[in-house]
Amino acid sequence: MSSAMLEVDRREFLKGVASGATGLVIGFYLPHGSQARAAAAPDALPFAPNAWIRIGTDDTVTLVIDKSEMGQGVVTSLSMLIAEELECGWKKIRTVFAPAAKEYANPEFGMQGTGGSTSVKGMWTPLRKAGAQAREMLIAAASGKWGVDKGVCRAEDSHVINTQTKERLSYGSLAEAAGKLPAPGEVTLKEPKQFRIVGKAMKRLDAADKTCGRAEFGIDVRQPGMLHAVVARCPVIGGKVASFNADKAKAVRGVRHVVRISSGVAVVADNTWSAMQGRDALEIKWEEGPNASLTSAAIGKMLEEGASKPGAAVARKEGDVTAGLANAARKIEAVYQAPFLAHATMEPMNCVAHVHAGGCDVWAPTQFQTVNQMTAAKIAGLKPEQVNIHTTFLGGGFGRRAEQDFVIEAVEISQSMGAPVQVTWSREDDMQHDFYRPASYSRFEAGLDADGWPVAWSNRIACPSIMSRFFPGSVKNGLDDSSVEGAADLPYAIPNILVDYQLTETGIPVGFWRSVGHSQNAFFSECFLDELAAASGKDPYQFRRRLLQKAPRHLGVLDLAATKAGWGEALPAGHSRGIAILSSFGSYVAEVAEVSVDKKNGEVRVHRVVCAVDCGRTVNPLTIEAQMQSGIVFGLTAALKGAITINKGRVEQGNFDDYQQLRMNEMPKIEVHIVPSDQPSSGIGEPGTPPIAPAVCNAIFAATGKRIRQLPIRAEELV
Amino acid sequence: MAIRFTLNGKAQSVDVDPRMPLLWVLRDTLNLTGTKFGCGMALCGACTVHIEGEATRSCVTPVSDVAGKKVTTIEGLSADVSHPVQKAWIELDVPQCGYCQSGQIMSAAALLAKNPRPTQAEVDDAMSGNICRCGTYQRIRQAIQRAAQMQAASPRQATLEKKSKEPTEPVAITPDASAAVGLVLGGAQ
Repeated sequence: MSSAMLEVDRREFLKGVASGATGLVIGFYLPHGSQARAAAAPDALPFAPNAWIRIGTDDTVTLVIDKSEMGQGVVTSLSMLIAEELECGWKKIRTVFAPAAKEYANPEFGMQGTGGSTSVKGMWTPLRKAGAQAREMLIAAASGKWGVDKGVCRAEDSHVINTQTKERLSYGSLAEAAGKLPAPGEVTLKEPKQFRIVGKAMKRLDAADKTCGRAEFGIDVRQPGMLHAVVARCPVIGGKVASFNADKAKAVRGVRHVVRISSGVAVVADNTWSAMQGRDALEIKWEEGPNASLTSAAIGKMLEEGASKPGAAVARKEGDVTAGLANAARKIEAVYQAPFLAHATMEPMNCVAHVHAGGCDVWAPTQFQTVNQMTAAKIAGLKPEQVNIHTTFLGGGFGRRAEQDFVIEAVEISQSMGAPVQVTWSREDDMQHDFYRPASYSRFEAGLDADGWPVAWSNRIACPSIMSRFFPGSVKNGLDDSSVEGAADLPYAIPNILVDYQLTETGIPVGFWRSVGHSQNAFFSECFLDELAAASGKDPYQFRRRLLQKAPRHLGVLDLAATKAGWGEALPAGHSRGIAILSSFGSYVAEVAEVSVDKKNGEVRVHRVVCAVDCGRTVNPLTIEAQMQSGIVFGLTAALKGAITINKGRVEQGNFDDYQQLRMNEMPKIEVHIVPSDQPSSGIGEPGTPPIAPAVCNAIFAATGKRIRQLPIRAEELV
Repeated sequence: MAIRFTLNGKAQSVDVDPRMPLLWVLRDTLNLTGTKFGCGMALCGACTVHIEGEATRSCVTPVSDVAGKKVTTIEGLSADVSHPVQKAWIELDVPQCGYCQSGQIMSAAALLAKNPRPTQAEVDDAMSGNICRCGTYQRIRQAIQRAAQMQAASPRQATLEKKSKEPTEPVAITPDASAAVGLVLGGAQ
């Protein structure tokens, strides 16, 4: 998602969804654990200099985290940015998640939400300023108490120190006085060489809560009088309820109500299991709708035909690709395909809503608070400011929790019940009613000169559009940038390039999936480039190297990964290496995969992955390492196992038996190397994912001479 | 009819449908939400608890099966996040989203109770029933080895779970997120 695109579209979006202007919401804070819950409400604390900092007389520093914590480490990294300037003791920090409110809008896209690997990038300046502002006010309060000039005071470890007398006043003892002072306008921020937290390996602030079962996810929310619901949805995507009989469902022990909602039929019970039993007993006639006979084969044909239609939207045009191909010494062609993928967050979709006389409260593991608020308000007939959004921990997000379906269901059911209701999705619900990573079709033609260097690159992509549903205004002249990202921005020095796109809808809803378009386009582009290297008889690392001479940050990670992986050095018998590189979300990642392929059954084993990342200035190296490992496992799982297939309009996969995940016994050793940089910090949540599929497929080619042009990798094709 | 069992060291009685899986009794009837729902089919391990010390998937265990037995959940593994596995998890900075970690920790604790010095192959074998979509497997492997070291150095802690006197309420602690560790990251800084 580019911020400019989103900014343009935000206005339309707000117009479309909101029933009124968004206002400042004074929400309740949802503390992370029982310990925090027992503490005073942060709003009541005496020193609240800005939206992110609250200091109590007991020295506790409460930081308000306005991005959703879905594992990517924002609770820790955003706290680091504040603490660096606030000079508070790290152990004194506790964190709460922000309510939905204007001041928490993501500077990268103008609405409160977490995505596009933007959290640290967007908050780098605002949070450091917030910390510095609070620190200056505490210093001013101390200088007032001592009757000395501010210049003789400095802050350290949650104390202000009089450098002349060595007297110390704790932040808690200064909180009341500081709270009465005006906020300074301009503050001076530290120079990077003065950093004592940013850049250090700081351990996660949420680790203890996450090792004793205390961290509260959406599915863990318990409210007085809360009922539990599950929803029966049409198994055919896009289908509706024709009629239903609830008699048998209502006879199930614990079932209280059965109610029709926009997405299907909700069964409301005393507990989740009873609701599930009730749902099993429901008799529903479905109106299956236009997708009733849709199959994966038909979708494949739609994409193939889409790629052949005239009038594709041009995503990038340089030179004259037709002439370049005509004049080439040699032409290479290939077609690549990628399947639909489910997000399969470990915590299935869920939400608690309570529509009551005073408004509406929503407790959700969500990535998109502003739209949650507008959505709930519209359903409940309220103004957005009457809706309180309580963000919990997210048991994985990967883009799935930017959607509204789980919130809509909870609000509709609660409105109908007049009670707090938790809607919980089963794994099958989650798998079969997702907004999938788009299936995509990519056709390449390239021309090589007499020395084997590419002179023309033509790439036609056909796939469904995420943005035409999510931010329709951002799709201009049939071009959805998210469909071609990782393809149109090909970094290699090739004189004639044409990348174009044919928006092809299939009837299957698509959404943001970790790294979005890069997830499939990196596989296409980096494997096809590898084909060119092979056709030229050149080493795939050196081939890339030569074509990246004018792309220093690409080159930096490429060289680092190759060097650390021992590119060119001997490997154990039967092992081979593959390399791939992609820049996404402002960061640069190269990965070298070491694999073996079992000659008897074609089974692919990934032994080692060496990853080099340049994400600008390092905020927390522990988090960067974790996110690279995480992104690699996510992409590797998809490459080796992931496919959502359709038959009769239904998703054929339902649970982890037929939508398998990488498990510990298949986990490669992953080494992460960070390029030192003083460039602005950029994304880390997503950029680790795209290069792994092509790195592995290129290694498979090196081992077997077989090109994988369609994911997932199928062992039977490697025998 | 009430079903009686020992939950985290304390007598527990529930009056529910005997077919109701233990997972939902814990989460919805007893509001003990540390044990997670992931798949409902014993495929992901998020719901792992100990029944008589054995790592068991509570999502497919009818509550009637635990009548008269000892059940330990993540909340009962230690009073103060002091079980060697929990300590190692924090030291190695294992959790990401954290949703699967209760199950991972219960599987790891059951493994180490039986096999105090597992090889990596034994770890992989014992832990492959637990899915982590964040891909924390590498740090889990390291943390289990670290926990094994801690357990060897202080064997009393590993048997905490078996003691009869266990608090049932989680004790508030300050998350210790103090020290920057010297984890070697090639090319960094």
